[in-house]
Amino acid sequence: MFKPDLTRDDVTPESVWLNRRQIIAALGAGSIAGGLPLAANALEELEPHTWEQITTYNNFYEFGTSKSDPAENSQDMVTDPWTVKVDGLVDNPGEYSLADLIGDIPTEERIYRFRCVEAWSMVIPWNGFELNKLLNKVGVQDGAGYVAFETAVLPDVMEGVKFPILDWPYKEGLRLDEAMHPLTIMATGIYDKPIPNQNGAPMRLVVPWKYGFKSIKTIVRISLVAEQPVNTWQHSAANEYGFFANVNPEVDHPRWSQASERVIGAGLFGSRIDTLMFNGYADQVASLYEGMDLRKNF
Amino acid sequence: MGAAATFGPRISGVVRKLPTWPVYLAGMVPGGWLIWRALTNQLGMDPVKTLEHELGLLSLQFLLASLCVTPLLRFARINLLKFRKALGLLAFGYLVLHFLVWLFLDLQMRWSTIGAEIVKRPYLTIGFAAFVLLLPVAATSWQGAVKSMGALAWQRLHRLVYVAVLLGAVHFVMQEKVWSLESLLYLAAATLLVGMRFLWVRSW
Ligand code: HEM
Repeated sequence: MFKPDLTRDDVTPESVWLNRRQIIAALGAGSIAGGLPLAANALEELEPHTWEQITTYNNFYEFGTSKSDPAENSQDMVTDPWTVKVDGLVDNPGEYSLADLIGDIPTEERIYRFRCVEAWSMVIPWNGFELNKLLNKVGVQDGAGYVAFETAVLPDVMEGVKFPILDWPYKEGLRLDEAMHPLTIMATGIYDKPIPNQNGAPMRLVVPWKYGFKSIKTIVRISLVAEQPVNTWQHSAANEYGFFANVNPEVDHPRWSQASERVIGAGLFGSRIDTLMFNGYADQVASLYEGMDLRKNF
Repeated sequence: MGAAATFGPRISGVVRKLPTWPVYLAGMVPGGWLIWRALTNQLGMDPVKTLEHELGLLSLQFLLASLCVTPLLRFARINLLKFRKALGLLAFGYLVLHFLVWLFLDLQMRWSTIGAEIVKRPYLTIGFAAFVLLLPVAATSWQGAVKSMGALAWQRLHRLVYVAVLLGAVHFVMQEKVWSLESLLYLAAATLLVGMRFLWVRSW
């Protein structure tokens, strides 16, 4: 049974980092809390960003293309009641109210790094649950190889969808094993508060080892499908954005390097750090891609 | 005829009496304000990007402004020639800052990547080419240069600005993730202002 290895307790003042490092060394960076092996560096750096940083610097093109647009323009979106359509190769398809869909799945905290394809990053304390719990509930049928997701299109409150800058609705997809992976969550909260509209209310995907655009927001449809779906950014520029979009410092975006990233809020100097393979989650997810050419499958 | 026809010359008459230093001063205000906000942590969540973008935009705006001087004289008979050098130098100053922010704050002197970046990213190659083209232009912007070079050679050299402003605008369009109206409007303005020159040359 997988236990979340990154909780609020993992966020420690700088003074005790060293201590922790020694403990980790003693453990041989091995299994903590019976969970998956944990990279030592995953612990050292995880200090969550502030609520303000997380909720005012967003990419959510439905509400405008500048980083401050989503916080400013998304406040009229009503997310209660909310309906999510579940269809495709599932045992229990249907139009679910969000409450029914989640049912009694408990939420837990996951503190994850968030790495945008634009080469900036944050650390975010999500509240949510593993996507596999939801998928098991609706019953994945044999033959399903992928999960496809769609974001709401609400022209009354989304200024951005009136322009064809992207192919609306925003779509994303995961291979089934990626979707079932215990690190993959559906988030409904941040800092123990309901997730704000600009961050993808009422429910969004979070896949911490992939570029942020994979973590689709404001989900209205989940489909289990046989074929690999085309995600929105891949559709927009297939030579720049792929289906997998795994964080990989060795595979550059054609227009910028992915070898390093700017940490939001770190000020004018010294805000650039090296990007980690699979965003620091290599120990947990690298095996999913064994034998794959990650340069081709970017 | 009447008021409209004399408007241009009248403005030009006023302009002739003005010194140029207030243009330099006024032109430095947006940059000073930007740097002040950067130093006092008022540039939002990603101050480096904001700084980089605002400086690039200011540079392009001043470049375009400097290209408006001749059309204003031709079409409206407003003579702002004496301010053209100030506008051009302000544009160049903001460009240098734009470049330095990229070098020192964005890439943070990861020297190994800097050369590779300029070569590998077409939008940076193009921006850098514009910067290089403007170096001799800026270097010959002092009073004596016209005399020592000869007016014709000086004028020819300064036509590099036309190429540079087009490259700069293309660089702006290319660095966007999706097509942006703003950047396309700047490119349109640059194309119009430069295209005008070519039409004039052909009709000479
Ligand atoms: C005449 C020359 C240039 C002009 C007019 C120019 C102008 C601009 C403009 C207008 C922007 C976008 C601002 C915005 O989005 O609001 C920009 C972005 C940028 N420029 Fe330049 N630029 C020039 C040269 C350069 C040079 C020489 C470099 C570095 C080698 C450079 C590096 C950048 C970078 C890194 C960005 C941001 C890209 C991003 O955020 O992904 N530029 N520039």
